[in-house]
Amino acid sequence: MFDEKDIILEAKHVTRRFPAAGGRELTACNDVNLKLYRGRTLGLVGESGCGKSTFMRFLVWLDTPTEGEIIYKGKDITKLRGQELWENRQHIQMVFQDPSTSFNPKMRIKDIVCEPLLNYGRIKPSEKDAKARELLEMVELPGDFADRFPHNMSGGQRQRVAIARALALEPEIIVMDEATSALDVSVQKTIIELITRLQREKGITIGFICHNLGLIQSFAHQVAVMYLGNIVEVMPGEIVSKQAMHPYTKALIASVFDTKMDFSKKIDPIRGEPPSPLDLPTGCPFQDRCDRCMELCRRERPALHEVGPEHEVACHLFAKGGEEA
Amino acid sequence: MALLEIQHVDISYGNRVTVTDSNLTLEQGEICSIVGESGSGKTTVIRAVLGLLPGGGRVSAGDILFEGKSLLGLSQKEWRALRGHDISMIFQDSGAMMNQTRLIGSSFVEYIRTHEELSKQEAWKKGADMLARMRLPDSDRIMRSYPFQLSGGMRQRVGIAMGMTYQPKLLLADEPTSALDVTTQAQIVRQMMELRDEYGTSIILVTHDLGVAAYMGDKIVVMKNGRIEDAGDRGHMLHETDNAYTQLLLDAVPSLGGKRYV
Repeated sequence: MFDEKDIILEAKHVTRRFPAAGGRELTACNDVNLKLYRGRTLGLVGESGCGKSTFMRFLVWLDTPTEGEIIYKGKDITKLRGQELWENRQHIQMVFQDPSTSFNPKMRIKDIVCEPLLNYGRIKPSEKDAKARELLEMVELPGDFADRFPHNMSGGQRQRVAIARALALEPEIIVMDEATSALDVSVQKTIIELITRLQREKGITIGFICHNLGLIQSFAHQVAVMYLGNIVEVMPGEIVSKQAMHPYTKALIASVFDTKMDFSKKIDPIRGEPPSPLDLPTGCPFQDRCDRCMELCRRERPALHEVGPEHEVACHLFAKGGEEA
Repeated sequence: MALLEIQHVDISYGNRVTVTDSNLTLEQGEICSIVGESGSGKTTVIRAVLGLLPGGGRVSAGDILFEGKSLLGLSQKEWRALRGHDISMIFQDSGAMMNQTRLIGSSFVEYIRTHEELSKQEAWKKGADMLARMRLPDSDRIMRSYPFQLSGGMRQRVGIAMGMTYQPKLLLADEPTSALDVTTQAQIVRQMMELRDEYGTSIILVTHDLGVAAYMGDKIVVMKNGRIEDAGDRGHMLHETDNAYTQLLLDAVPSLGGKRYV
């Protein structure tokens, strides 16, 4: 399903540490290795504070990793500066969680969606009206919205504008940070349908951050689960419900409420909350909440290893080949 | 006699009617979920039950009966005795409803002493006991913390513990898990279900999450634009209803192993 030659962006051993009070360090991302494939969606799932946004922000140069490299078009993009960086920003764009705070409230919609194009000199100011109309129609909004202000629109409509703005430069990669979390469930569905349609038509690669495993597995080709800065499992989206292995992934699955579940069964969530990323234990980051924790898990941090096609798990329970050790 | 009856209630702000003709009957020990999109009026309805409509809001028609007695004509003194004693409410972020500059214990003691004549020490102990009963570890440390020092899940548990101090007959929960992570949400949902099993508390749950609504609710009420669009018991709402809007909402819930878009 995934081909090596379709790799469009590759993160290698990316680590980000933030200095904290008392000379300590907070490790937000620890040795993250991920690949984005052309025209595919990578879903990054995890709870608040697990480092998923920190990682995605590297791709759009909102932050740089402490260690490691991110290869895009044969170059390490974390080292780009000046003109070259500016040129590259066209190719990777971002959609934020809350569209009402990522727009300038005093700009009209047409100025918002055309700003990137004017920045890069792709259109003349006189072409703005026509282009804005075209972009709005692409995201299934009436072209007349071009003259509105952000506050005249609903949350779902604003999120469509944010997608139009991100797509204006025809980027190869779009990063979406919880792009549907602030929306009602019925609106969320229409946004996901829009994103998947645009992806099919334009072959865009998407990096999607989400905390809802039920949602992400419905449209991501590849799902990566993150816990306390570590990637604990990577697998194709369609096997999430059946073949997930890592105890944390299973705990996330057990926490999904959906309307087709068995209501007579008591839900059995994992206990406790993630520990502070400031004092990470040695060994497996998930050890204190895992009910199958072994002595080995307290000593040694498990590395990601392959357990099936495109399926990697970082857990001592599963030796090579996916058999339980 | 039903525990709570909302009869043909209209709620208005000034001359504008925002919620029209809502009806709801809740028996002892029953859980009712109210779902709907933002702005559908679901929060307004439960705020009206506790007489907490924000400035200018009022019940302009119909009646709300709690144990057969109308809530609409209550005096301030009667309201104070009822709120937090017979009817409690949990908010989306229980930390934000507390005074940020006071210890949780100090807010808790004040709350207990408005309902009971206890010394401060006794009230403190009662509060700490209540936290321990809601399975909050290290309850004394939590009493000595400020709201912002606790995680979202802990704050929500503190809110539930406060609301449950007098074992209210009715618990109103306004999006109690919407701000939480999925695993914490599952823990809170489980805890609320246990309240019903242990204390027989009736719960009205307002949420936009149909999965949670379906899991918890014996009854489900769907609201749209200030009206009750559809209502019924869970089995009916999930499998038998022919209401198009309910169907639309149900279809939009992502389901593990369900529909895939790619």
